[in-house]
Amino acid sequence: MSVLIRGARLYGEGDPVDVLVADGLISAIGSVEPPEDAEVIDAAGQVLLPGFVDLHTHLREPGREDAETIETGSAAAALGGYTAVFAMANTDPVADNAVVVEHVWRRGRETGLVDVHPVGAVTVGLNGEKLAELGTMAKSAAGVRMFSDDGHCVADPLIMRRALEYSTALNAVIAQHAEEPRLTVGAQAHEGEIASRLGYAGWPASAEESIVARDCLLAQHAGARLHVCHVSTAGTVDVLRWAKNRQGPGFISAEVTPHHLLLTDERLATYDPVNKVNPPLRTGGDAARLRAALAEGVIDCVATDHAPHPVQDKDCEWAAAKPGMLGLQTALSVVTETMVATGLLDWRGVARVMSERPAEIAGLPDQGRPLVTGEPANLVLVDPDAAWTVRGAELASLAANTPYEGMRLPGVVTLTLLRGRITAREGKIG
Amino acid sequence: MKHLLATDGLEPALATAVLDTADELKRTLLGREVRKLPTLRGRTVITLFYENSTRTRVSFEIAGKWMSADVINVSSSASSVSKGESLRDTALTLAAAGADCVIIRHPASGAAQRLAGWLDEAGTAVVNAGDGMHEHPTQALLDAATLRERLGTLDGRRVAIVGDVLHSRVARSNIHLLTALGAEVVLVAPPTLLPPGVEALPVTVSHELDAELPGVDAVMMLRVQAERMHGGFFPSAREYSIAYGLSEQRLKMLPEHAVVLHPGPMLRGMEIASAVADAPSSAITEQVRNGVHVRMAVLYHLLAGEDEK
Repeated sequence: MSVLIRGARLYGEGDPVDVLVADGLISAIGSVEPPEDAEVIDAAGQVLLPGFVDLHTHLREPGREDAETIETGSAAAALGGYTAVFAMANTDPVADNAVVVEHVWRRGRETGLVDVHPVGAVTVGLNGEKLAELGTMAKSAAGVRMFSDDGHCVADPLIMRRALEYSTALNAVIAQHAEEPRLTVGAQAHEGEIASRLGYAGWPASAEESIVARDCLLAQHAGARLHVCHVSTAGTVDVLRWAKNRQGPGFISAEVTPHHLLLTDERLATYDPVNKVNPPLRTGGDAARLRAALAEGVIDCVATDHAPHPVQDKDCEWAAAKPGMLGLQTALSVVTETMVATGLLDWRGVARVMSERPAEIAGLPDQGRPLVTGEPANLVLVDPDAAWTVRGAELASLAANTPYEGMRLPGVVTLTLLRGRITAREGKIG
Repeated sequence: MKHLLATDGLEPALATAVLDTADELKRTLLGREVRKLPTLRGRTVITLFYENSTRTRVSFEIAGKWMSADVINVSSSASSVSKGESLRDTALTLAAAGADCVIIRHPASGAAQRLAGWLDEAGTAVVNAGDGMHEHPTQALLDAATLRERLGTLDGRRVAIVGDVLHSRVARSNIHLLTALGAEVVLVAPPTLLPPGVEALPVTVSHELDAELPGVDAVMMLRVQAERMHGGFFPSAREYSIAYGLSEQRLKMLPEHAVVLHPGPMLRGMEIASAVADAPSSAITEQVRNGVHVRMAVLYHLLAGEDEK
């Protein structure tokens, strides 16, 4: 079984070419006559990119299968153009041991729509007190190489130092949710004019920036690799620039979410918790700096922080609502809107921030690869000229908590291939 | 007026109309032995309080009863929100049971606005009786009524709001309403008790109470909300009292016509000296008295008024 993608523009550059995929690999590029058994896809000049890699996904299984399952989350990922996702550890039970991470990994394989890589917890129960068995999780069938207490910050500097040091023997990366908890007690929204007017307890930028600065120093002293989750403030960009200059490449990496690129705290006046997320939506000034930093490479990649919540956890008063937003199926479109349409990134740049860099950070050998003959056929085809209107109820996730409800966004994923197999086509699975 | 959720964005003309109605009601009831008007007979008003309150709840209840509405009080501890029935279900239940108006106090900012959204279809009016650190619009209206009574007008008058502005919904509602009605507002507080981004508000800011007192027509003392404090906003109660408390000496620094307000409950000896609270320039009990008339006026405009219909 082979697939011939006819007339695609690789990275949106040059003349359209045919790409033949067979046995899970790109087997020919150029002007290709279709083999007899080949399924032919007419790309009509659409943009072909390496499949996207999401370093930050909440699939909610095990524990909150009313919000999302590995199956529904995998479907959302495939429809969003992803060929690999990293499932965060804040499940119930927590993914802080080999049993849970192997379960998640196996369920991902069974579903087969996207490579599901479990993220292991840094500390037992995400409590921030005692290191989880990082080595056992690394050596398990899941082969965990990324650890995070995401949702919680590893706030104790000694625990963070030990985690960073210990991870160096595992060739792993520690992904930090940077939030100094003493500065965010009761916090509900970005600390500033709007939160003050609306009566939200503030989540100050300094709570993120101070932890990022501390962790960059700890990582440097440990010779360890640190990944900063969901960067949300202009100040964090400055800290990252300084730390990366100081430490050289390969040690510090960072991600930004689509929602922090597009949305701001101006949206909070409705008190609708669909806009509640952690870290919170910041100011327009922050969003502009995040976009520039992503274009420049100070922020390495886009990660969704896809966070499904059932309706009862959002259809309530703001303070009682759970933080988080859906993201897998809207990420490409938001990046198209904020980065491509604005001229900040070309499609080669999109490949870098949504596929190549996240694959490098996570150490995935078969993802984010160049579009050349012989490479694994993890691919996504994007129609750059199409647009669509987001409807939460129509997304593949069980939950519907998209902040983009009713918005018309550019950039449509028309085809996703995982190792040569079609996982999503024209908005449908398989 | 469909709901009263905030003074932020409240039309000055509408606010003035409510205040005028309150004045009229006050005059009507003055000296009457039977203080009961038939205006809201057959209407059902429910107070839904998720926080403790004496004066606000009693004031709303009396306001409703003096207008012949059926008033029902529902209490719920804030903790039951996370464990038990959702706010939305409670709201829909009350509407289905026949509430014409729900008066809500809730620890979450925005709770009243959410409630109004859920009850829009049922046509139930919502009054915000205090939501988290956001607003307490009827308090601001009764403060404005009291100041109007004492000072004649608010236009061009200067009001100092002193104390824990950061956590105060009373302060937020007053800032918007007083400035909309033409007053100048100066906030006097230590930097740790001012809201971040305060420079965006139409106010001036001072950390020196003594410097402000001679130039104001009214001073509004805020309670130091100990229960909201996560600690460390100021070094000690004593230092706070010395720097920001309204002592008898400070009372003498005010112009003779100046009015002293406090939304209550007071911490005598902390933010306000006992003798000051009871001094002739203090309008604290008048605030409570006016509170009933203002809330009657609010219910009238929501349930019986002709404006915006």
